[in-house]
Amino acid sequence: MSDTTETKKRSTLGKWTRRSFLATAGVVGGGLALGLTLSPNRLKMAADGAATGDEVLLNTWVKVTPDNKITVFFPHSEMGQGAGTGLAQMLAEEMEADWDTVSIVQAPVTEEYTNSDLGRGYIVGEGANIPAFMYPMLDFAFFQIAGNLVGQMTGGSTAIRLTGHHGMRRAGAAAKEMLLQAAAADWDVPVASLTARDSMVTHEASGRSATFGALAAQAAEYSPNLKPALKDSAAYRIVGTAKPRLDLPEKVNGTAQFGIDVTVPGMVYAAVALPPIRDARVAAVDDSAALARPGVGQVVNLGDAVAVTADSYWTASRAIEALGITWSGGQTELSSASVRAQHVSDLEGGDLEEMDAEGDVAGALGQGTSLKAEYEVPYLAHATMEPMNCTVSLSGDRADIWVGHQNQLFARNAAAETLGMEPANVTMHPVYLGGGFGRRGDMDFVTLGVRIAQSLDTPVKVIWSRETDMTNDTYRPAILARMEGAVQNGRISAFSNRYIDARSGMPDSERPFDFQYDVPNRDIARVICPSPIPVGTWRAVDFTQMGFFHESFMDELAEAAGADPLQFRIDHSGNPRRRAVLERLGAESGWGETLPEGQAIGVAMVDSFGTVVGQAVHAGVSPDGGVTVHRVVSVVDCGRVINPSAAEAQVTGSVIYGLTSALYGEITLEGGAIRQTNFPDYEMIRLENAPEQSVHFIDSDEAPGGLGEPAVPPVTPALTNALYKLTGNRIRNLPITKSGLHVA
Amino acid sequence: MAISFNLNGNPVSVDVDPEMPLLWVVRETQGLTGTKFGCGIAACGACTMHVDGVATRTCVLPVEAVAGATIKTIESIGPDTPSAVQDAWLTHQVPQCGYCQSGMIMAVEALLDENPTPSDADIDDAITNICRCGTYDRIRAAVHTAAQLRREG
Repeated sequence: MSDTTETKKRSTLGKWTRRSFLATAGVVGGGLALGLTLSPNRLKMAADGAATGDEVLLNTWVKVTPDNKITVFFPHSEMGQGAGTGLAQMLAEEMEADWDTVSIVQAPVTEEYTNSDLGRGYIVGEGANIPAFMYPMLDFAFFQIAGNLVGQMTGGSTAIRLTGHHGMRRAGAAAKEMLLQAAAADWDVPVASLTARDSMVTHEASGRSATFGALAAQAAEYSPNLKPALKDSAAYRIVGTAKPRLDLPEKVNGTAQFGIDVTVPGMVYAAVALPPIRDARVAAVDDSAALARPGVGQVVNLGDAVAVTADSYWTASRAIEALGITWSGGQTELSSASVRAQHVSDLEGGDLEEMDAEGDVAGALGQGTSLKAEYEVPYLAHATMEPMNCTVSLSGDRADIWVGHQNQLFARNAAAETLGMEPANVTMHPVYLGGGFGRRGDMDFVTLGVRIAQSLDTPVKVIWSRETDMTNDTYRPAILARMEGAVQNGRISAFSNRYIDARSGMPDSERPFDFQYDVPNRDIARVICPSPIPVGTWRAVDFTQMGFFHESFMDELAEAAGADPLQFRIDHSGNPRRRAVLERLGAESGWGETLPEGQAIGVAMVDSFGTVVGQAVHAGVSPDGGVTVHRVVSVVDCGRVINPSAAEAQVTGSVIYGLTSALYGEITLEGGAIRQTNFPDYEMIRLENAPEQSVHFIDSDEAPGGLGEPAVPPVTPALTNALYKLTGNRIRNLPITKSGLHVA
Repeated sequence: MAISFNLNGNPVSVDVDPEMPLLWVVRETQGLTGTKFGCGIAACGACTMHVDGVATRTCVLPVEAVAGATIKTIESIGPDTPSAVQDAWLTHQVPQCGYCQSGMIMAVEALLDENPTPSDADIDDAITNICRCGTYDRIRAAVHTAAQLRREG
C-alpha cells in the first residue's frame, strides 16, 4: 500500500490530481483508517452529508457500508415518477448488487451531483462555482451528457435517459471494477478470475468470497475507471423488472415528508397575498384588523406581495383576508381576448422565423385538395396537489431551505442571490414533491419565501393557498396556429404551420414544432410573442399544443385524402419506430372493429423526449353532448424499459393529465386577473370519469427515452378525433366545452 | 376554551380558535402531518380523516365541531403492520407523488368499513378525491384487492 500512501501525502500538499481527489472523495468518516490527512473541509465538500461513521463512498453515486448495505444517491427530485428506484436499478445492475440490500437517498444539493456538464459553466456561466479540480469527477459522472440541461434538474424526462444511462450505469460498473480490484489484490489473484454477483465477489478456483461491504474500504483506494465495461443487456437481472418503488412504503402511511410538512424549531407560519391584477403594486396596507387577531405576528409588505405571520397557517390565512390592501397599477387591460388579439396581429404582421422549410409549399398548395384551419389552446395551470410552499431558516450568514423543487441547485443559487450569500452557505434540504409537472422548476416561490424570511427574526414556513397557487402559476401558454396542407394522389404534398411561440422555456432542440410525418414540401414558422403573464414548462411543454394542432390536422388531411386516419399515418411514417408504434396501436386498440352505437375511436401519435407514443381513445357522445371517455390504449416505444410497473404508471398518469386538460382545462384572464381560483372552476378528472386504460410497450433494446411526459400530448387529439367521428364537428379549440360538449 | 377529542386513540385537548379547521389543528398543534392540505374548500379530499368513523374533509371542519368525537388519521392506520388497504396500495404500486394518498386511503378505509364488497360504481360514488398524478386505475384495482384481503382477514 506504499504507493497509495505516497499519493495521499502528495494530496496534502495541495496537488489536486484526479487520482488523489477521487480517492479522497472515496473515503469519508473511515478516512482515518486509511491514513487520510486532508483537511476536514475538503472532505466535507466532497461528500457533504453522504457518508457518516465508518461508511465508505465508492464514488459520489453509491455508498457501501461494512454491513454490506448499498445506498444509491440520485441527483433528481422525487415527484412521483419513481426516478430514484429506476436509477438505482440501473446502477445495481452494473454493480452486480443484491437488490434487497439497496436503498436510495436523494443526493445532497452540491455541485458534485449535478446532472449536466454544469461544471464548465455551460449553462450558468458565472454561477457555476465548481473548482477546477472537480472537473474530472464531473467528467466521470457526466461525460457525453451535453445540451441544454441545468443543474440537478428534474424535467425534460431526463432522469433515466441521461443521468441513468450515462451516469448511473457507469458508476455501478466502475464500483464493481474497484471491488474486484480490491479482492484481486487481497487474494493475489487476477481480476479476470473473479466474479461479482449479489453483492459478493467470488474466486471460483479457490472458493474464496467476500461481500462488497468487506471489500469496500479497500476498493475505495482505487480510482474509478472512466469507461468501465458495461453489461450486455441480455444478462440483465434487475433492469427490466418491476421492482417495487423504494419510496412507496412511506407514501402509504403518512410518514413521507413533503415540503409543506417540514417543522423547524421556532418557526412561524406565513400566508401571502399576491397582486390580484398582473403586475399591480401595493399602494397601502391597513393592517389594524389583521394585527388585532389573536396569534398574528407580523405583516410584511414587500411591495409586490404582502405576507402575514402567525402561530398557525390558518390564523395567518384569516389575517391575510382581514388586511386592507390597496393595490395600484398593473395590467388591467389584459384579458384572454386581448392575448388572442395580440396573437392574431402577430401571426399576420409579426416577424416570421422559419423552423423547418423544405421544397415548394406554395406550389404544392395549388394542386390537389388543399385545406386550411386555425387552431388554438388556452392557458393551463399546473395545479400540483401540494400548493407552493417554502420553509426558510436564516442564521447569520447561513440559510437552510426546505422546498420541493425540480431544480434544487438553481433554487439554491436563486436563494443565495436574493440573500446576497455565497451559494455554499445555503443548504437545501431534500423533501418529496407533491407533484411537479414543471411548476416546481420555477424560482418565484423560493425567492418569495426567502424575502419574507429576511423580514423576520424567526424561521418561517410560507404556504400558498390554493387560490394563490392557481392565480399565480407559471402557466402553459395559450397558443394560436394556422395550418395549411394539401393532399394529392392519397399523399400529403404540402404542410405549413404559422404559430405563436409564447416562450414557455422549451429548448428548440427538442423540436416540438416538427410535423412528424413524411411530407416533401414543408414550411413551419413561428412568431415569437412572449406571454404577458408568466408561463413555464407544463408537463410535455410545447408538445401539448403542437401535438393537438398537428395530430388533429393530420386527421383533416386523411379525410381530405379519403383515407383511414391510422393507415394514413402509417403510410406517412418512414421512421421505423413511429411506424411500428402505429401498427401496434392498430392491433391493440380495436381499430376497425365494430363499436357499440354512439362510440368511436380516435388515434394520435407524438414522438417527444426520445419516446414515441401512440394512443387510441374510445369515446362516446350522448344526444345532449355529454362526452364519456371509455378506454384509452397507449402504445409506447421508450427504448429499454427500466421498470415496467413504474413506466406503466407514468403513461396512465400522463393520460389522465392530458385528458383533464382536454375535457376541462382552461385558465382565463379578465381585467388583468385570473378567473379560475380553485378546483370547482378548474376541474379535474376523478375516479368516476377516469377511463379504463391499457399500456403496451414495444420490446426494445434501444437506449431509454424519457417517460415522464411523452404520453401527455397524443391523448387530446386522439379524443377530439374520436369526437369528430361522432359529431361531425371538428374541435379546433380547447377544452371541449367550447364546442358545445361537456363531460357526461 | 379547550376543546377535547380523541385522536388516534389518545385523548387530546387543544386551546385554539374554535373555528380553526381540524386539519390545521392536527397538523400544527398535534404534529401529525400525514393528512394534507390541498384546496381549503373540501373539494379535493387530501385532508380526509375519520370523524366517528365517517370519512370527513377536515380543511373546512371547525375543531369545535369535533368536541368529544373520535378522530382517526392516516397515522392510525397500520402503524405496525400495514392494513389491507395499505397492503393493496403497495401490491398495486398505487402512489406516484403520494401527496393525495393519505386522503385516498382514509376514504377507502371508510368505504370498506361500510361496504365490504364495493362495485366499481360504488367506488366511483364514494371516492371523489382528486389525484393529480392520475393513479385512478390502480386505485380502483387496489380497492378490490383490499376488499378481498379484508374478507380473507
